[in-house]
Amino acid sequence: MSGYQARFQVWRGDAAGGGLTDFTVEVNEGEVVLDIIHRIQATQAPDLAVRWNCKAGKCGSCSAEINGRPRLMCMTRMSVFTRGETVTVTPLRTFPVVRDLVTDVGFNYTKAREVPAFVPPPGLGPGEYRMMQEDVDRPQEFRKCIECFLCQDTCHVVRDHEENKTAFAGPRYLMRVAELDMHPLDAAAEAGLDRKSTAQDEHGLGYCNITKCCTEVCPEGIKITDNALIPLKERAVDRKYDPLVWLGTKIRRRRD
Amino acid sequence: MATGTEPPDTEPHPRGGGVRSPRRAAIAAPHLRTDRWWLAPAGTAAGLLAFVVYSTWRAFADADYYAAPYVSPFYSPCLAERCAPMRSGPNWEIFGPWWGISPAIIILIFPLGFRLTCYYYRKAYYRGFWASPPACAVAEPHRTYTGETRFPLILQNVHRYFFYAALLVALVLTYDTVLAFRDEHYAWGHMGLGTLVFSANIVLIWAYTLSCHSCRHIVGGKLKHFSRHPVRYRAWRWVGRLNARHMQLAWASLISVALADLYVYLVASGAFDDPRLF
Amino acid sequence: MTVVDRQEWDVVVVGAGGAGLRAAVEARERGARTAVICKSLFGKAHTVMAEGGIAAAMGNANERDDWKVHFRDTLRGGKFLNQWRMAELHAREAPDRVWELETWGALFDRTKDGRISQRNFGGHEYPRLAHVGDRTGLELIRTLQQKVVALQQEDHRETGDYESRLKVFQECTVTRVLKDGSRVSGVFAYERESGRFFVLEAPAVVLATGGIGKSFKVTSNSWEYTGDGHALALLAGAPLLNMEFVQFHPTGMVWPPSVKGILVTESVRGDGGVLRNSDGERFMFRYVPDVFKEKYAETEAEADRWYDDPDGNRRPPELLPRDEVARAINTEVKEGRGSPHGGVFLDVSTRMPAEVVKRRLPSMYHQFKELADVDITAEAMEVGPTCHYVMGGIAVDSDTAAARGVPGLYAAGEVAGGMHGSNRLGGNSLSDLLVFGRRAGWHAAEYATATRGARPRVDDTQVDLAAAEALRPFSAEAGAGATGPAGGPPENPYSVHQELQQTMNDLVGIIRREAEMKQALEKLAELRVRARRAGVEGHRQFNPGWHLALDLRNMLLVSECVARAALERTESRGGHTREDHPSMDRRWRNINLLCRLTDPTGGLEATDPVRGQIALERETTDPIRPDLLALFEKEELVKYLAEEELYE
Repeated sequence: MSGYQARFQVWRGDAAGGGLTDFTVEVNEGEVVLDIIHRIQATQAPDLAVRWNCKAGKCGSCSAEINGRPRLMCMTRMSVFTRGETVTVTPLRTFPVVRDLVTDVGFNYTKAREVPAFVPPPGLGPGEYRMMQEDVDRPQEFRKCIECFLCQDTCHVVRDHEENKTAFAGPRYLMRVAELDMHPLDAAAEAGLDRKSTAQDEHGLGYCNITKCCTEVCPEGIKITDNALIPLKERAVDRKYDPLVWLGTKIRRRRD
Repeated sequence: MATGTEPPDTEPHPRGGGVRSPRRAAIAAPHLRTDRWWLAPAGTAAGLLAFVVYSTWRAFADADYYAAPYVSPFYSPCLAERCAPMRSGPNWEIFGPWWGISPAIIILIFPLGFRLTCYYYRKAYYRGFWASPPACAVAEPHRTYTGETRFPLILQNVHRYFFYAALLVALVLTYDTVLAFRDEHYAWGHMGLGTLVFSANIVLIWAYTLSCHSCRHIVGGKLKHFSRHPVRYRAWRWVGRLNARHMQLAWASLISVALADLYVYLVASGAFDDPRLF
Repeated sequence: MTVVDRQEWDVVVVGAGGAGLRAAVEARERGARTAVICKSLFGKAHTVMAEGGIAAAMGNANERDDWKVHFRDTLRGGKFLNQWRMAELHAREAPDRVWELETWGALFDRTKDGRISQRNFGGHEYPRLAHVGDRTGLELIRTLQQKVVALQQEDHRETGDYESRLKVFQECTVTRVLKDGSRVSGVFAYERESGRFFVLEAPAVVLATGGIGKSFKVTSNSWEYTGDGHALALLAGAPLLNMEFVQFHPTGMVWPPSVKGILVTESVRGDGGVLRNSDGERFMFRYVPDVFKEKYAETEAEADRWYDDPDGNRRPPELLPRDEVARAINTEVKEGRGSPHGGVFLDVSTRMPAEVVKRRLPSMYHQFKELADVDITAEAMEVGPTCHYVMGGIAVDSDTAAARGVPGLYAAGEVAGGMHGSNRLGGNSLSDLLVFGRRAGWHAAEYATATRGARPRVDDTQVDLAAAEALRPFSAEAGAGATGPAGGPPENPYSVHQELQQTMNDLVGIIRREAEMKQALEKLAELRVRARRAGVEGHRQFNPGWHLALDLRNMLLVSECVARAALERTESRGGHTREDHPSMDRRWRNINLLCRLTDPTGGLEATDPVRGQIALERETTDPIRPDLLALFEKEELVKYLAEEELYE
């Protein structure tokens, strides 16, 4: 494949307004959308605002919507488009726009702070932690998250309903709750924090209707819905909606 | 930008809600997807609708559901006095003559409830019928959304009880399949084409039932330390592998159960003779 | 006078990678009100790119490992140029730093008995790298990030404000360290999002800005790696140490062009991957240098046995330190035995089953599949050297991480020099970040506490000058008459940057020659003049062109340091290879090259193309402490140390 001229539409503007701007730009073999955005920046629009860092799908900075789909620009190869196709690049449409392709992702940092941190087990010093691989496998999958916020962007709970942003943590941070609840040495329960109920009561797990868009867009291929959100829902059911489990824990507690 | 969320003090443009909320990038289109995103929800909706129409007709038909040795899975177990007589079949006359409509209604509530609250079907019909959302990054038409936080959708949380019921139903259907190894005169050791249809169906029903997310939770998912429960860990992994195919199994078993019923209908109504293999 | 926002803090940490965050955590835990400033979003730092692991002699995989072995490996890797006290502290403290991460929630891969699993890596005698698949850096960053959040939650419970004692200013760039006399008084920075300037007044500043890779064309580094901390220290009057030592990682992607340079983790080799040339030969056997002859296998059979029986066999030569492997690949390609796209083949597909590859190297599998259409479980990767790390950096005190000559200035991580000598071993970077990040935070906090009551004052003139300097690119289009050099049209900062990268890559790259480096210095001087005319369009709100124009100053300063020091050091050692001086010279063993600004007062105006901005100074290092020297066999020391050092 040799080079060709591709047609691009890139959203430019800020919170006060903006629109799609047309560019015709050179594309070479093996390039990704981020390369093209950089070429536009270097040759046609030096002040085109875009976030990026590693350019290898590891940092999760260059999230955008390409032809309407939330994706990492560095991991979207130009070869997935036909040569005649116009490629449309817009900022994430769930977060307030700052400028051009850059959005204010502060929502995510706010939510991150609302999830109580790992509680170290009392009585275990550094170097004394023993955990089995099969026990860390589950939370390790969630820790692959590169915090690109594509799941947060695509989730219709907040994408289509601004008002839900206060009550709903979003897939990334519900997954964080699941991660901590599955951490083999997290001592939150002993410290009086029940992550299972707070997932529902404080982080808005009930808003999730498991329509799986978070899983669909995850560039790390984390099975967010099947492995984090649904298991968390089931754990919340144990605490809140299953009379048998509730009775069981009551009886067991009495025996203790 | 500090880690706080203070918005910039630019005057936002006044617009609608959702992706057209003020401060978000000013794009009028509800979505910019160029692929055929509507295909999946439309296909799902069509498939589910077809099943609903077919199963409603069959469930209320109250006829052509038994052709020895096969009983339609829609009518099994058959729990009313009005049920067609099936020798050693799963019919117990728990509901007396006062039950005036099709006996299918009594039992169908359980598999129906199981599938209605199933984590896969929820996704399918929320997307296909409710358009909530129709597809990823495609704006949904609703003005407000509360998800499964309140009545009635909060009831989805009873899924595990329907799972327990579905286990019982699957046991009964297994029994039916065993009974299918008879001929029309109830002699054992025979097989017809229907036996194969029933066998395939019961395998898929079990696979679907066991691949359930609630099942995965119950067998081991709820544990914090797999290393202390090696047997449950193995069970969890096995269910997990099935669970990865939950969607495919949901569709396959939906189709197979409808086909099993259709087969019984065709034989019972005389439209077709069950070819005997031996 | 420019009106800028001012805030008071005790400690300001510049950079939110592993070292910066570890420093911030430490400073905050020791009671200092701490601000962290980073160019990217919080949690995106370059540390996430580290793949292989954290080197720490915990002895989980081989109980014979201890800090002494680690120290020895580190010194050998650095060809004995390391600041030995740093290497000692590093080897001693690394295990504690790793274990501490677990108490903050990190989840490393486990051994059978539930301890932290450790893997093999180039130059390490025993399996030593604590890891999480091939995304260890991400785990490190996330753990530190979450620890910061945990501390903020603590502060929120006590004060009602998350940011009362530890605040992250993300997407902000520091352009000047401000001083009160000789002491640090704060930093001048701009917010990328709005373009607004602000000043953080603080008696102690920790620089943890990482490396300089963006001055090179083929690099594994991200845009952030523009040598900011190096330049800030120079401009603040602190010297840089041994800047000629730049590590070229042997395995970067070479195809397609747009991903050229992206890192292929050393774990690929640590886990059994082998290097072959176009003849199918495992060529590394031919490149084992004399100093390593006894430690590496001589036959493929022995090398292959090592993976299962490391005690009974010697390790494969693919696991030589990075400088050796990078040079070998370079030679193979130059001699015509390269792969179709100018690299060599790195193969795991014939070495282990597809399942194992996917499990142990998931992100490599993903990276090649997505970016190059190569299935590494079925075919070989094409790899070649890529600029990866700078061993040189701010000259610091080993114990306190304090920059020399500027009270209140500290440096940790890649931006600090000395620890790794002439070449860094894989895995020693993450442990370096933790060990010296903590030390920098600790001593910065102590220093800040000691200055309470006598805080340094921020000088308004310096703030005004810094603001004027930062705004210069906007007036460049006016012909640069008043402030800049005479004449010339405004320059596109992107073009200047590209030329700089090409220059450094071609003329001060992996193999260096005197004439080329002289040429490079001339080119750098020319670029420096042009960079002053770099103009930008648009306004100050999130304007990448402007940001790059400002970063050019730093890249040019640092590039000149690299080129001058490389020209001066007439030997080949570690990350510095001279074609005209191909062997290691024992007389250079104890020589450090220090770079300083020629004209610290008029640094802003240093536009004379002939004179250059950097002055070099030779310094003889402290002799290695006898008890540390005693850890080595005499025969080995003879290869490195000068006669008089041996018999002292």
